[in-house]
Parts: sequence; structure tokens; C-alpha cells
Amino acid sequence: MSDFDSELDATGLNCPLPILRAKKAIAAMDAGQTLRIIATDPGSVKDFEAFCKQTGNELLSSGEEEGKFTFMIKKAA
Amino acid sequence: MSDTRKLTIIATKGTLDWAYPPFILGSTAAALGMEVSIFFTFYGLNLLLKDTSVLKVTPMANPAMPMKMPFGPKGLQSIDWGPKIPNVMWNIPFMDSIATTLMKKTINNCGVASIAELRELCQEAECKFLACQMTVELFGHDPKAFIDGCDFVGAATYFEESSDADQSLFI
Repeated sequence: MSDFDSELDATGLNCPLPILRAKKAIAAMDAGQTLRIIATDPGSVKDFEAFCKQTGNELLSSGEEEGKFTFMIKKAA
Repeated sequence: MSDTRKLTIIATKGTLDWAYPPFILGSTAAALGMEVSIFFTFYGLNLLLKDTSVLKVTPMANPAMPMKMPFGPKGLQSIDWGPKIPNVMWNIPFMDSIATTLMKKTINNCGVASIAELRELCQEAECKFLACQMTVELFGHDPKAFIDGCDFVGAATYFEESSDADQSLFI
């Protein structure tokens, strides 16, 4: 069983597409569900922090492995 | 009073490179939950035309523009030809088209969206597009050449729109 409800592959996409796609994915989810995002845009690290701060969704984790950035976001109630 | 924050942008430039900032900032602000209005005036009106192929870029009198090949061997791709090529070269016919084709290729290679795509994303997010009626007449634009969903308005409407904005940008 996976520890997230939806997944978004934003690899190869550049600003602002990872944020726009994430916004769309979150809109389709229920409150409390989690979205895992994989991105390669280095700017997305700060941008997902800002996105969550501004939208009230919770950034559960943010990490990097071999040039890929992974984010876990929990949709706000 | 609604607690939705609001952004207004004035878009005044009509080249392919300068087409990006209003649509990138507008779509991102909308994704952050802001209400967005963009007022397109003078050359910025080009950004609302159905045919996005009118958007071009030129290295002429544009010394900040890097000129790198979007294909070929890595070593060759890393060379910035901008400062190496005399500016007079850009006067040669079709150089604009070549520079535009190369920039579109670079944009695609970098995973950056096309203008048509970003513009659609703005419209999906309900960004309001305001087209300057005076410039439409001044430049002799055909109103039918504009994408659906533009409001043709004057400066007073922009100021009414921006009077309760939290942030406003001039591009």
C-alpha cells in the first residue's frame, strides 16, 4: 500500500508548470488526502514551500535524490 | 470584503520573450489562489491574438539576449554567440525568423510551456484578460483576431480593477 493518494510526475517540466499541475491535481483530491510530486526543476524546492504557505496546504516532506525532487503535500480541510 | 488576494498586471510588450512574464506570473498567482486581471495595452495586445506565430524575438538591439544553439554537440551548445556576432548581422532578412525558431526550440528543450498553453492555463484559472480598446483602434487590429474571452476596455476600467488589488505589476 502506498503512503500517498495521488501522484504527479512533473519531471522535465519547468516553472511554472510543476506548480500549475500540482494545483490542478490537488483540486481533484479530497481534503486530508496526500499528493506526491516528483520534479526536476531545482526552483521547485522553494516554490512548493511558497505554494503551500500561500494556499494553506501542508508540505509534509521535501527531499532530493539523484537530481529528482520529491514533495508530499496534504490537502487542507 | 472578500479575503481573496488580487493581482493586476499591465502587459505592454509584444515579443515572444516578453510574452512569458505576464502569463507565467498570472497563472502562478491564480494557482496560489489569487484573483488575477491582466490589462494588455500597446504591443502587449499581440499576446491576445489567436495566431501566436506573430510573436517573434530578435537579437537586434537586444544585447542581453543569449544566443545558444539548442542542438548539436554539447561544447557547441554552451557557446554564447550573442556577443560574438556583430549586431549588423541581424539586419539580414529572415534573421528574426531564425532567432525565433531557435528560441522556440530552446523553450521546448527546457520543458517551458508554449505561450498558447500558458495563456490557456491562465484562462482555465479564470484570469481576466482586458484588451485596451484605444490601442486596438490605433493599431488597426481586427477584433475578430483576438481569442475569445477578452474584454475590450479603457484605462478607467484598469484603474477600477486595480483599485482593490494587493499587488500590481507593469511589464
